[in-house]
Amino acid sequence: MEILFLLVPLSVVLVFLTGAVFWFALASGQFDDLEGPGYRILDDSDLPAGIDVDQVPPPEGH
Amino acid sequence: MQPDTSYNYRVVRQFAVMTVVWGVVGMLVGVIIAAQLIWPDLGFNTPWLSYGRLRPLHTNAVIFAFGGCALFATSLYAVQRTCYARLFAGGLAEFAFWGWQAVIVLAAITLPLGYTSGKEYAELEWPIDILITLVWVSYAIVFFGTIARRKTPHIYVANWFFGAFILTVAILHLVNSAALPVSFWKSYSAYAGVQDAMVQWWYGHNAVGFFLTAGFLGMMYYFIPKQAERPIYSYRLSVVHFWALIFTYMWAGPHHLHYTALPDWTQSLGMVFSLILLAPSWGGMINGVMTLSGAWHKLRTDPILKFLIVSLSFYGMSTFEGPMMSIKTVNALSHYTDWTIGHVHSGALGWVGLVSMGSIYFLIPRLFNRPGMYSIRLITLHFWLATVGIVLYIAAMWIAGVMQGLMWRAVGSDGTLTYTFVESVKATYPFYVIRLAGGILYLAGMLIMAWNVFKTIAAGTPAVAPIPLPAHA
Repeated sequence: MEILFLLVPLSVVLVFLTGAVFWFALASGQFDDLEGPGYRILDDSDLPAGIDVDQVPPPEGH
Repeated sequence: MQPDTSYNYRVVRQFAVMTVVWGVVGMLVGVIIAAQLIWPDLGFNTPWLSYGRLRPLHTNAVIFAFGGCALFATSLYAVQRTCYARLFAGGLAEFAFWGWQAVIVLAAITLPLGYTSGKEYAELEWPIDILITLVWVSYAIVFFGTIARRKTPHIYVANWFFGAFILTVAILHLVNSAALPVSFWKSYSAYAGVQDAMVQWWYGHNAVGFFLTAGFLGMMYYFIPKQAERPIYSYRLSVVHFWALIFTYMWAGPHHLHYTALPDWTQSLGMVFSLILLAPSWGGMINGVMTLSGAWHKLRTDPILKFLIVSLSFYGMSTFEGPMMSIKTVNALSHYTDWTIGHVHSGALGWVGLVSMGSIYFLIPRLFNRPGMYSIRLITLHFWLATVGIVLYIAAMWIAGVMQGLMWRAVGSDGTLTYTFVESVKATYPFYVIRLAGGILYLAGMLIMAWNVFKTIAAGTPAVAPIPLPAHA
């Protein structure tokens, strides 16, 4: 099983890299607000321009 | 309109449309090979129509063509909308689109001709593998370049999932596809024997984990809140879900090699890691479903939401089933039977298929300047055809699989096998018919989707979406 000499170190390197990315994200404040980002994507109105959300007909069966 | 003041919807549109096209093709090939198992003569004695060649074509078409295009479309859309930035390097994005289509067409030609490296889910020969690498590097540059030019400090959780999927698939592809070419269409793996098997399933299961799970979870975390118009149930849990999954996924692969030449401890390690995966998987599933908490009524009227939420229930089912099947005693019964096929399809048809379809239904009107899809009723019809199709398919394969496992291990008092192998094949016959019926229903739903998408696009025009100013953080 010489292949494990490739796969195990590769996994260890990856885990440490992942840990580094996690630490970096934590230190740069990515996870300071764990409520707001969930709401913020809803503020982004992505319906085509000129189409008022209220004008969209409700789904059938309403 | 200045290019930098609007989003790049062009490449998203291209991938979204091709998702539907390849969905129809890949599922049609699936139906054909399901029929071949009932009527073996359907290969017409033509080598390139034989089951052994069409089966990898089916898996490549549904995973990499249908699923891949869906991932490209949704990730390139979500990353722009959540970063308030136009795609970085539009030319590379265009190359990624045409390059990926070329990979798919080359696969559709070489696999029936019999050119294969023989590695499951990585059958394509080395020239195509190099093209895949180039496309993937372009994709990574476009995706991470867009993240780098984001206008909001926070990187939304969906982008973390998409990002992990892109990086990990790159590493998996490079390690597993390492090969020595002997001619233009023939190469030998860089690894031999059990080493090759270990690399193959290290790749194989991590492809399930990062291509078919992390990528589609990114989709789930963007499109379910958007379609439900509610924030994800717990944003905190989504972040925990991400890191837990990333830290624990890498070593589940050996469960594909229980009771083989692989060392016992490696098999047990694979089993333990597979069992651990149940926790983050179910955390994510509950997080997605509970997004509708307090708004369950939306499920009654909104078929797109039905697609997205039911996909999560299949995700929950298959991520429970998977760890159970990785337990060695269970695996002794289930391995090499059709139970595995049922498990794969509850994940593929139920989770990957439904979440992609729901997301594409969300995207098409926005990409083509329409207030909604051409017909809501047809979406509902598609949903029910697909759901009934999946249930028929996986129930048939469960029963067939457990039956096969029990027949193969049955021994008489004198220690001889009770059944010959062909008796188990004969006993499976009715379940193959039920499976075909389920597959036909699922394909019919996909054809209805294609028609609905065509009518919506025909009535619309390519949307030009200006980039709004981000809401104050």
